[in-house]
Amino acid sequence: MDILSLLVVVPVITVLILFFINDNQLVRIISALGIGVETILTLVITKDYVAERSAGNTAEFLFTRDLMWFKPLNIHYFVGVDGISVAMLLLTAIVLLAGIFISWNIEELTKEFFISLIILGTGVFGFFISLDLFTMFLFYEVAVIPMYLLIGIWGTGPKEYAAMKLTLMLMGASAILLVSILGIYYYSGMTFNMQEIAQMQMPIHAQRFFFPLAFVGFGVLGALFPFHIWSPDGHASAPTAVSMLHAGVLMKLGTYGAFRVAMYLMPQAANEYSTFFMGLAAIGVIYGAFGAIRQTDLKYINAYSSVSHLGLIFFGMMALNKIAYTGAVLQMISHGLMTAVFFALIGMLYGRTHTRDVRKMGGLLKILPFIAAVYVIIGLASLGLPGLSGFVAEMNIFVGAFQNPDFVHRAFSVLSVSAIVVTAVYILRVVGMMLMGPVTNDEFYKLPKAVWYERVGALLVLLPVIAIGLAPMWLTTLIQDSLGNIVEHLAAFGH
Amino acid sequence: MGDFTYTIWIFVLPVAAFLITGLFGSRMPAKISGWIGTASISVVFLLALRTAYQYFFQVGFVDGKRPTIFAYKEVWMKFSDTLTFDMGILIDPISVMMLVVVATVSFMVHIYSIGYMKGDPGYYRFFAFLSLFSVAMLGLVVATNIFQIYFFWELVGLSSYLLIGFYYEKPSAVAAAKKAFIVTRFADLGFLIGILLLSYYAGTFDFMTLVSEDGPLLAQAAPPVFMGLSVFGIALSLIFIGGAGKSAMFPLHIWLPDAMEGPTPVSALIHAATMVVAGVYLVARLFPAYHGVDGGAVLHLVAWTGAISSLFAAIIAMTQDDIKRVLAFSTMSQIGYMMLALGVSGMEGHDGLGYMASMFHLFTHAMFKALLFLGAGSVIHAVHSNLMSKMGGLHKYMKITSWTFLIACLAISGIPPFSGFFSKDEILVAAFEKDKVLWAIEYIVAGITAFYMFRIYFGIFWGKKREYHHAPHESPLVMTVPLIILAGLTMVIGWALPFGDLMMPDRAAYHGHIEWSLAIPSILIGAVGIVTAYIFYFKETNLPDRVSGAFGQWYVWAKDKFYFDEIYQFFAHKIMFAGVAAPVAWFDRHIVDGFYNGLAWLTETFSYLLEGWQSGRVRQYAFTFVAGLLVILFAVLYLNGFMDFKG
Repeated sequence: MDILSLLVVVPVITVLILFFINDNQLVRIISALGIGVETILTLVITKDYVAERSAGNTAEFLFTRDLMWFKPLNIHYFVGVDGISVAMLLLTAIVLLAGIFISWNIEELTKEFFISLIILGTGVFGFFISLDLFTMFLFYEVAVIPMYLLIGIWGTGPKEYAAMKLTLMLMGASAILLVSILGIYYYSGMTFNMQEIAQMQMPIHAQRFFFPLAFVGFGVLGALFPFHIWSPDGHASAPTAVSMLHAGVLMKLGTYGAFRVAMYLMPQAANEYSTFFMGLAAIGVIYGAFGAIRQTDLKYINAYSSVSHLGLIFFGMMALNKIAYTGAVLQMISHGLMTAVFFALIGMLYGRTHTRDVRKMGGLLKILPFIAAVYVIIGLASLGLPGLSGFVAEMNIFVGAFQNPDFVHRAFSVLSVSAIVVTAVYILRVVGMMLMGPVTNDEFYKLPKAVWYERVGALLVLLPVIAIGLAPMWLTTLIQDSLGNIVEHLAAFGH
Repeated sequence: MGDFTYTIWIFVLPVAAFLITGLFGSRMPAKISGWIGTASISVVFLLALRTAYQYFFQVGFVDGKRPTIFAYKEVWMKFSDTLTFDMGILIDPISVMMLVVVATVSFMVHIYSIGYMKGDPGYYRFFAFLSLFSVAMLGLVVATNIFQIYFFWELVGLSSYLLIGFYYEKPSAVAAAKKAFIVTRFADLGFLIGILLLSYYAGTFDFMTLVSEDGPLLAQAAPPVFMGLSVFGIALSLIFIGGAGKSAMFPLHIWLPDAMEGPTPVSALIHAATMVVAGVYLVARLFPAYHGVDGGAVLHLVAWTGAISSLFAAIIAMTQDDIKRVLAFSTMSQIGYMMLALGVSGMEGHDGLGYMASMFHLFTHAMFKALLFLGAGSVIHAVHSNLMSKMGGLHKYMKITSWTFLIACLAISGIPPFSGFFSKDEILVAAFEKDKVLWAIEYIVAGITAFYMFRIYFGIFWGKKREYHHAPHESPLVMTVPLIILAGLTMVIGWALPFGDLMMPDRAAYHGHIEWSLAIPSILIGAVGIVTAYIFYFKETNLPDRVSGAFGQWYVWAKDKFYFDEIYQFFAHKIMFAGVAAPVAWFDRHIVDGFYNGLAWLTETFSYLLEGWQSGRVRQYAFTFVAGLLVILFAVLYLNGFMDFKG
C-alpha cells in the first residue's frame, strides 16, 4: 500500500469501526484517533515530500501510483502529490481534527454525525491526491453529498431550505463540471490523466468552450461571485463542525479544482478569459466585503467575508503569474484555517448565548476571555495584519497582481486591494459590538468559560495561522517549487 | 565598521516580555508584569544608547560620510528570485536617533505607568501591549526595506488600537480605537498601493537601492503619467498618504484627538512621541527619492500638508477644553512643522538644513511632548478629570509637576535655552530660505502655540482655585522621576547635542549656527503668546469669553474642529454604509438570491407541466424518443463540423 492511498484507507477503516460502536464517548475517541493518525500521516507525507525535493527529485508529482481501474473508458486510480496538494492535505487534516474536537458535545445521533463527517473528509483527502479526472470527480461527489445530510439533520434554523439550496446549486455545478470533464476527456484523446492532458495541449476551440464550464463549475463551490448565494444560507444553518469543514476545506475543493483542472489543463483559454474572470473575482472581493458590513448574524458575516476572501483566490489565479499563484494557494490555506476558527468560535458563542446576532451581545471579552482573544486574533488575520497568515497570502496576491501594467488589470487590482479597508471595518465592527463595550445582558455573567476540547480545537487551527504569519518561507517555497509547469505553459502564450 | 549584532537583543527582550506578560500575566501578581516590562525596556534603553554612542562617535565618518550598516538582513519571504521581502536591522543616523527616542520615551513611560496604572484590573494587559508596541515600533525604525516598514507599521497600528481601546468597557474608547485603526488603514491603503507600484516599476523594496543615485527611482527617467507626476512620483505620493495618516496630517487627522481615550501614558508614548512621527520618519527615510523624483514635486505636497496641518491644529488647540485634546492638536501642529521642514529641504550641505531640522525637532518634540502628556497625566491623576475648566490653582499642590510642565511649555514655545527653541529655529530658517509664505504661516503658528500652551499652564496651575473633592496631591515618585528626567533632557538636548553634525541628508558633517536675525523675532512672538495667555488666564477674568465672543461663529467652528468628524461620519454612514453596503446587501438578498429562487420556482412549475407527459401512451413515448434522438444526432453532427455549410 502506498502512503497516499493510506490517506483514503485510514478514514474508511475508521468509519467501518464506528459502525460497530454504540457508545458515544467511544465514538468520539475513535474518531479523534482515526483522524489523529490521518494528521500524522499528512505530516509524514510533508516531511518525505520536502526530503525528496531537497534530495533533488524534480518530478512534477511525487509518490505517484497508477492503477487501471476501468479499462474500457481508460479510467485510472492515479494519485500523486505536488507542493500544492501537500499543503492542502495539511490544511484538511488540521481542520478535520479540529472539527472533531469542536463537535465533542454533539449528543443527537452522535455516531451518524461523526461517520458523515469522516466520509466527507475521505472525499476531500481523495480529491486532493487524485491526478485522474474521473477519480477526482468521484471523490468530489463523495465529499459534497454528506453535506446535505449534515445540514439537513444536525443543522439549525431553516435547515431544509438551506440544505436543499446548497445541494441543488452544488449539484447543478457538478453537472456543468461533468460536461467539462467529459469534454476534456474527449478532446485529449480519451484520457483522464491530468499530467498527460496538461502536456498534450487541448485544441484551442475546445479550451475556449470547456474552460469557462470547468472554472464556473468549480467556482460555484468556491463561492465565485455571482454563484456564492448558497454559501450564506448554507453556513448559517450548518452545525459548527460542518461550517468549519465546509468553509475551511470543502470550498477549497472549488478553488483547487479551478486551479488544477481549469487553469492547469487549459492555460491558453485561461489566458484569454483572464480579464473577464479577474473582473468577476475583483467584484466578488469588494462585494463580499461590503455585504459583510451590513450583516448582524455572525455566520452571515463570516459567509460574506468568505466570498470576499475566496474572491481573492480567484483573483490571484487570474493574475497569471507565479507570485500571484503562490498567493492564491496560500490564501486557500490561510482562509481555510481562519474561517474554520471563526466558525468554531461562532459555534461556541452560539452554544452559550443562544444567539448569533451581534447586536444582542456585548462585553464578552470580560466574560469569555479565551474565546474573545482568539476571535480578535483571527479577526486580525482576516483583515491582513502582518505576522498572521492572511498578510502573507494577500501580499503575494497583490504583488503578483501588480506585475501586469495593463490598465484594466491595474484597476481591478486597486479595487481588490481596497478591500483591506472594508475588511477592517466589518471585523472591528463585530469586535467592538460583541466583545468590547459594557456587558449588555446580566445573564452573560453566568456563561461558562471555554472547555478543554474547545480550546484544543481552536488552538489546533489558530497556531498554524500564527506560524505561517511569522515564518512563511517554507510554505511559499513548497508552493512556488510546484508552479514551474503551469507558469511555463502560460509563458508559451505570451505571459 | 563596528559590530552591531547585539542590536538583535533590542527586539528579543520586548518580544520575550510581551509573551511572558501576555500569556501568563493573568496568573501572576500584577506587579510582576510591570517589572518584567520595565526591566526589558531598561536594557533596550541601554543598548540603544550604546548603539548611538558606537555609531556616532566610534564609527563616525567613513570617507567623510556617515555610513549605512546592516546589522542583519535576512530574506523573510521570496516573491521571486529578484524580489524579496527582507527583515533586518539597518543602522544609519536617523534609525539610531529613532532607536534612542523610542527607547528613552518608552522607558520613561514604563516607569511612570507602574504608578499611573496601579490598581487597574488590566495592569498586566497594559504592560503586555506596551511591550508589543515597543517591538513593533523598534522594528519599524530599523527597517531595511519598505515592506518591512509596512509590516511593523501595521503592528504599531494594532498596538495603538489595543491601547486606545484599553478601557474596552467604555463605548467611547471602543469607538475611538476603531476610528483610529480604520482611518489609518485607509491611509495605509495608499501606502500599500505605493509599495505595490514600486514592486513593479522599481523591482525592489530595498531602501538603499530606492534612494541610491544609480537606483531605479533616481537613475531612470520615467515619463509623466498623471498631473505631471511619473509613476514613481505617484508611488511616492501614495506612500506619503500612508505617512500622513499615521502622523495625523490634515485631512487624515481626525483619529488623533479621539485617540486620547487611551490611558495617558499611552498618549505620551504612542500618540505624541513615537508612532505619530512615523510618517515623518518614513518621508525622511526615502528623502533622496522624494527630493529627486520629478524634480521634488512631491515635496511640495509634503511641505504644504505640513503647513496647513500645523496652522489648522493650532487654531483648534486654542479652543479646546479637554487638556489631552489640546495636547493632541498641539502634536498634530508640531508634526506639521516636521513635515514642512522635510518639504523645504534640499540634499547637499546647507540646503539640507530642513531635513536635519525636521529630525532635530522630532527628537526634541518627543521629549517635551512626552513630558507634557505625562505631566497632564499627573494632573489628571490628581483631580480625576481631563477638563481644564475643572482645574486651576494646582501649583501649590503639585510643585514638581508644575515646574516640569512649565519647562516643557517653554520648550514648545521656542524660548531659549530649552530644546524646542533650537529645533524650531532651524525649521524657520529652512522655511524662510525656501518660501516666505510657508515661513510666515509657521511664524504665526509659533505665536499661537505659545498662547495655547500657556493657556493650559496658567489655567491649570494658576488661575482660579477650584473646589476639589479630595485635596489634590503630588504624584508618587515613580511618576515624578520620569518627569524630572524628561525635563532635564528638555533643558539640555537643544544646545548640548551637535545635531547638525549627526544627521544631514548627505551624511556629511555640518556645523549649524543660530540665525539670530530670524531667531529673535520668533522668540518675540513666543513671548507675545505667553504674555497674552498670562493676561487672559493667570487670574480668572471674563476676557477669554469676550474675545471668543468677538470671534462669534468662527470660534464655534474652531471649537467644533471645523466639522471634520461630521464630514467623515457622513461619508462613512451615509455614503459607505447606507449608500454602498446596504444596497449590496439588498441586491444580494433580492436580485442574486431572487434569481436562484426564481430558477427553483421555474423548475417546480415546469415539472408540473411535464406531468402530462407521463401519460402511459406508448405512441407518445415513441414519438418523443425518436424526436430526441434526432436532436442529439444533429447536435453531434454539428459539433463535429459535419454541418459547416460554408464548406
